[in-house]
Amino acid sequence: MRHHFAPLQRTSALWPIVLAVVLLGLVAGSLVTGAANVSALDLFRRGESGDILLVSRLPRTLATILTGASLAVAGVIMQTLVRNRFVEPATTGTGECAALGLLATLLLVPGAPLLAKMAISSAAAFAGTAIFLALVSRLPPTQPLLVPLTGIVYGGIIGSISIFIAYENDLLQYISVWMNGEFSGVLQGRYELLWASGAAALAAYFYADQFTVAGFGKDTAHGLGLSYRAVMIAGLSIVALITSFTVLTVGMLPFVGLVVPNIISRFRGDNTKETLPLVAILGGALVLASDLIGRLIRYPYEIPAGTIFGVLGTGVFLWLLFARPARRG
Amino acid sequence: MIEIENVTFHHGKSPILKDVSLTIKRGGITALIGPNGAGKSTLFALMARLLPLQSGKISFDAMDIRQTPSRELAKKLAILRQDTHVASRITVQDMVGFGRFPHHQGRATSLDHDKVQAALNVFDLADIAERFIDELSGGQRQRVLVAMAYAQDTEYLLLDEPLNNLDMHFARNLMHQLRDLADNHGKTIVVVLHEINYAAAHADTIIALKNGEVAAHSRTDEFMTEEAISRIYDMSVKVKAVDGLKMALHHV
Repeated sequence: MRHHFAPLQRTSALWPIVLAVVLLGLVAGSLVTGAANVSALDLFRRGESGDILLVSRLPRTLATILTGASLAVAGVIMQTLVRNRFVEPATTGTGECAALGLLATLLLVPGAPLLAKMAISSAAAFAGTAIFLALVSRLPPTQPLLVPLTGIVYGGIIGSISIFIAYENDLLQYISVWMNGEFSGVLQGRYELLWASGAAALAAYFYADQFTVAGFGKDTAHGLGLSYRAVMIAGLSIVALITSFTVLTVGMLPFVGLVVPNIISRFRGDNTKETLPLVAILGGALVLASDLIGRLIRYPYEIPAGTIFGVLGTGVFLWLLFARPARRG
Repeated sequence: MIEIENVTFHHGKSPILKDVSLTIKRGGITALIGPNGAGKSTLFALMARLLPLQSGKISFDAMDIRQTPSRELAKKLAILRQDTHVASRITVQDMVGFGRFPHHQGRATSLDHDKVQAALNVFDLADIAERFIDELSGGQRQRVLVAMAYAQDTEYLLLDEPLNNLDMHFARNLMHQLRDLADNHGKTIVVVLHEINYAAAHADTIIALKNGEVAAHSRTDEFMTEEAISRIYDMSVKVKAVDGLKMALHHV
């Protein structure tokens, strides 16, 4: 029966390679795109051009990839654990809760070190997502779209609370920076937290099989001896960390966690161990592509990557809604 | 040996199981039968620790399910629930492979691969091993789930209506396969069956539940009487022997 498996193995090996090549092309594009005329090879030379690359272009490119990859991974985890294809940190109130947590640190403990602020923000994101899960566990399983709708309303309420508090304290500009992802401000020394976000995404890989089993549903997972609760907590922690790191450094990018996992699932399925690397690469590539489009479309001015991705993402989301057979919900 | 001692279960105020005590010996096939709402699936869910025990005790070979870690129990017993719905887009081969999860926790060995391959062959799934399960028919999906429980390779196998969605070809195949597991591999199999004639033909022992109580527990040929079946299902049923096999004519 071995011969049955040969063709699949060939195509499954092809996917990461093709995606990685595309990503490398985008990286080269990103390094040479900008107001100053720089070649990618300047990276290895001393002088002003090399500095622009090291201080601005390279950090920006890395930040974009790290954000896209980790948000996409957070999306897979959410979708697997909630067993719903339409959830991601931006449709479950996770991003809004992370921002509310950051706002609280600004107001209550303004002098706290960055790490403490991150911890509070992550804890808020975790708690907010746990509340969301408790809310949607009461929804009928036959209506999968109610889950993201509930999440959007829930996130909207939390977002409004943040805006009210921020308005009263003259901190509105922070909210807008946190909730609208864009990379023009990324410089060396200002994005490094995203490596932690990437590390959290990498940690998800070690739980890949556990996530997949949890995605079979509570009963099947119990039957296979999985500690369902522990896996839920691990997954939500990773999602909360990625979300709060992203909110603080570059701002929330909606749709990344929604669109990327759905594309991969459609073609490669839901076996997380196989799909997580693909999801990460595609997430990085698509966000980098959005950033690049945003930099080129009104050159030398910029449109935020989040806006570009929002437009592209809506289109893909509609395609997923209508093109996917109903039974897959 | 499965020991169920004084198990009572309430859903809200209404009692589902009333002081059920049963001993199921090692080896052989035990069929669990009874009318709708008799408490069969609840008893199964309790045995598989999918529902918390409210009172009483259940143990497998003296492993108390309340004291034994879930991961250890998953190597002792495999369970197929009724109407298991898996929404994941996962290939048949990978899905059956996850039956080995309790043994390898994510790091499959060649032994695991062999067991998965054997399960695929036994349940006639090798040809569709690469298909996603959401693209399969209900019967094919049911076979995948049974193959997954088979690949889990536990001493005890609990199957809640495994014949759901199976045509007669695969239904009989599955019962023969269970027979082989019991006779030649020393497995202990408890299976909820709706069609009493499958129980009559393939089970060694029949346990009947009615209104949350044990209404009968005896060897299959002793159980298969017009009196017992009529009493349990509240309808008069004729029992005839064909080639020495007792059959209930419940459909006419």
